[in-house]
Amino acid sequence: MALLEIRRVSRAFDGVLAVNEVSFQMDEGETVSIIGPNGAGKTTLFNLITGLDRPNEGDIRFDGESLIDLPPDAYARRGIARTFQHGRVFGNLSVLDNVLLGAHSRRRATQARSSFLHLARELFYGLFWPSSVRQEEQALRAEAEMILAQFGERLLPRLHQPAYSLSYANRRRVEIARALMLKPRLLLLDEPTAGMNPAETAEMLEFLHTLKARGQTILLIEHKLSLVMKLSDRVVVMDEGRVIAEGAPEVVRSDPRVIEAYLGHHRTGEGVAADEVAASQAPRAVVADFSEGAI
Amino acid sequence: MESFLRTFSDQTINGLVIGNIYAFIAVGLALIFGVGNLINFAHGSVFMVGAYVGWVCMTWWNLPLAVAFVVVALVCALVGMAIERFALYPLRGAPPIAPLLATIGVSFMIDQAVQLLFSRNPHAFPNPLIEHRFQVGGVTVGAIDLLIAGVGVVAALTLYAFLRFTRWGWALRATAQDREAALQMGVNVNAVNRMTFAIAAALGGIAGLLVGMYFNTVYPTMSFQATFKGFAAVVLGGLGNVPGAVLGGLLLGLIESYGVAIFGATYRNLFAFVILIAVLVWRPDGLFSLKPRVAQEPLTGTFIAKGRPVPTPKWLIAPLIGVAFVLPILVPNPYLLQILTNAWLLGMVALSVTLVTGTAGQTSLGQAGFMAIGAYASALLVLRLGWPFELSMMAAASISAVLGTLLVFPAFRLRAAYIAIATLAIGEIVNQIILNWEGLTKGAMGIAGLPPPSFLGWQMIRPHEIYYFSLALLCLAALTQWRLVRSPLGRTWRSLREDEIAAQAFGVNLNRYKTLAFGVAAWIAGLSGAVTGHMYTYISHETFTNTTSILALTMVILGGMGNLLGAIVGAVTLTALPEVFRGLADYRYLVYGLTLLLVIRFRPQGLLGTD
Repeated sequence: MALLEIRRVSRAFDGVLAVNEVSFQMDEGETVSIIGPNGAGKTTLFNLITGLDRPNEGDIRFDGESLIDLPPDAYARRGIARTFQHGRVFGNLSVLDNVLLGAHSRRRATQARSSFLHLARELFYGLFWPSSVRQEEQALRAEAEMILAQFGERLLPRLHQPAYSLSYANRRRVEIARALMLKPRLLLLDEPTAGMNPAETAEMLEFLHTLKARGQTILLIEHKLSLVMKLSDRVVVMDEGRVIAEGAPEVVRSDPRVIEAYLGHHRTGEGVAADEVAASQAPRAVVADFSEGAI
Repeated sequence: MESFLRTFSDQTINGLVIGNIYAFIAVGLALIFGVGNLINFAHGSVFMVGAYVGWVCMTWWNLPLAVAFVVVALVCALVGMAIERFALYPLRGAPPIAPLLATIGVSFMIDQAVQLLFSRNPHAFPNPLIEHRFQVGGVTVGAIDLLIAGVGVVAALTLYAFLRFTRWGWALRATAQDREAALQMGVNVNAVNRMTFAIAAALGGIAGLLVGMYFNTVYPTMSFQATFKGFAAVVLGGLGNVPGAVLGGLLLGLIESYGVAIFGATYRNLFAFVILIAVLVWRPDGLFSLKPRVAQEPLTGTFIAKGRPVPTPKWLIAPLIGVAFVLPILVPNPYLLQILTNAWLLGMVALSVTLVTGTAGQTSLGQAGFMAIGAYASALLVLRLGWPFELSMMAAASISAVLGTLLVFPAFRLRAAYIAIATLAIGEIVNQIILNWEGLTKGAMGIAGLPPPSFLGWQMIRPHEIYYFSLALLCLAALTQWRLVRSPLGRTWRSLREDEIAAQAFGVNLNRYKTLAFGVAAWIAGLSGAVTGHMYTYISHETFTNTTSILALTMVILGGMGNLLGAIVGAVTLTALPEVFRGLADYRYLVYGLTLLLVIRFRPQGLLGTD
């Protein structure tokens, strides 16, 4: 059975279909990338998969269970963790606290069956700090430092600095560390290398390779196609809310529909020359990256 | 039947006239919100200034009414521009709640200044119009009603023409639609801002003058009610929607008028607060928006400045507490002890504010409501059921925690600035309920004869006794809170302060953690309220007002958001400062308002830093 199954999911904003009957699935251990031009609906789809937004139609199943009626905070408990396109670290929290929050849904206090028990437990633990809670906290802390250690010396020396003081790239790393702290069964990364220079991107690629080698299931949105090609088992291409191609990286890369999506739309051609559209959307850099496969 | 119809039509006229005045206030608020994205708490103060300027014109200078109108409009426009220039303009680029808090500071200052100039007692407002009431088709209409309606229509048409057909009106609408784009196109948005304030203030001032004439009286505390009636009208019509504000004002006037006819005059102020919360929670776009938009959040985030707390050495805490405990022996001055007792009790309230607002990020201006619940619960348990104080105090705190959280619960879905308004309204609603539930609370009479606090047979009558007791409670509350905010629970609270979306994505159930924050805070504030009530021996619906809530928030901002020691330092400073400099005691609220303004402007992280 597929781990994640997306069935004919649609989401409209003011009559515009941001996601239009999208279907695909992924298995445990797979790395799947979603690519497509800006405005293709990739991030909207991420929001639907993580419960921040609801589809108008269709179903999203995780491990056989339908997700779409669950409250947004229930997704984490099922092992779905994400990073955000524009970065959402907790600015005034330390790096360590940011990462520790990733384990929120794993903490014993949050495992209670009813909301009353949950609240009572949080209050009791918070007031009296029983030794079980101290031990749990210590273990989580050690785990957080282990995760941060995977980024070498980038974050460890900054453990107690507030996240707002970090560089852009380091904030992205903190977000990934926070997501890993959930021990996710499915990790969704929304443009993890945005704003990173080539060296940092290469480093991130290596990091994602290690994750993948450990069997982590990853769903990735990424614009740097060379990274996508090197990392993905499969690629899903979206344009104007639809999935226009899907398959192994080398197959997708030579699909004429994909190339066209990146070059410009024939439908917009009415009265406007196709290359004018292409020029105004400035896709050439992408195309170059696409064909040369270089970072 | 005839008399019912007559009453009904009279109430309708009444409601429309009052509604017309609300519309005046609301249009100003809507303009400011539309252009500056700001909820202006000082608007009611400008309204009150208008009433007083009108009163001065007519009683001191004996000016004709028409001239008085012009003077009021000009003076208030200047006041409005001054507020914009000195309180808000320097805060460009600050978190959106900063200018809101600044307008609260300004309103404190203006209200106190008017009190100092004209005394806090009401003044009779002469009616320059003929007293005759006209019969129009079975309805009685007074000259003042016609005047208000006339001024309303003229003002509305003038404003419409100005917005529609002048270059300045054009610029104003452009700025309201898209500030950045207007700036790019060469609109001087700062000038537009100032002009908006001038227009809004002039309208507000005229409303004040009309209200003074209508009720034949002016008094300093009319400002707060006006601000809130205006908010309710604006929210009814949809924030930033000028025609909606007019409709909202008229509607609110009608609701109040019919409501008073049905329920009685003491309920008058309850309607606006209930409407305000209900619309904010269930129809945040107002009644007149055609389709619910995707909720815009023009104002998000609490007032959290970047920065780390100033390190306070742990070894310093014990000596500080020690000094506080030996102080009554060293300086047995009952006056000083009384002031410090107040500081300890208010310090507990500040702690509760710093928990919800500083740590959990829910800006609360309703803490006095929790105090009132605690005080009344304890008073009733002791006086009606004969409970001992030590039990009633604990029960009162728990009742405050439960009732307080239930009251705030509908507002949980609101963000920063809206939750500030909602909590302020909730504090008012608590007092309005106390005023009107006479069977339980004795209504406006209040409850007298509360026995002094006692603990295990120890009656606290002398100043140093209650001093020790409140200090001990403060230390306990601080210790409790310190443990909570240092635990994983505290981390979770901070995460939702920083980013609710990200917190939710990591499994944080927002409602549950807000419930916990408000529950603990209402417990502590309720405890403080219970002790305060028994210390005063008399409580009424005017003992714990929004002023206390705002003061508590000011203490927290002064000390540093989320900073426990900061909350206590802020409480001691603001309680003691006006007393230490004897001369300042009369200028208390000027000091509070100025403190708020200066801290927001020059040290937004507070004395001891955000934690």
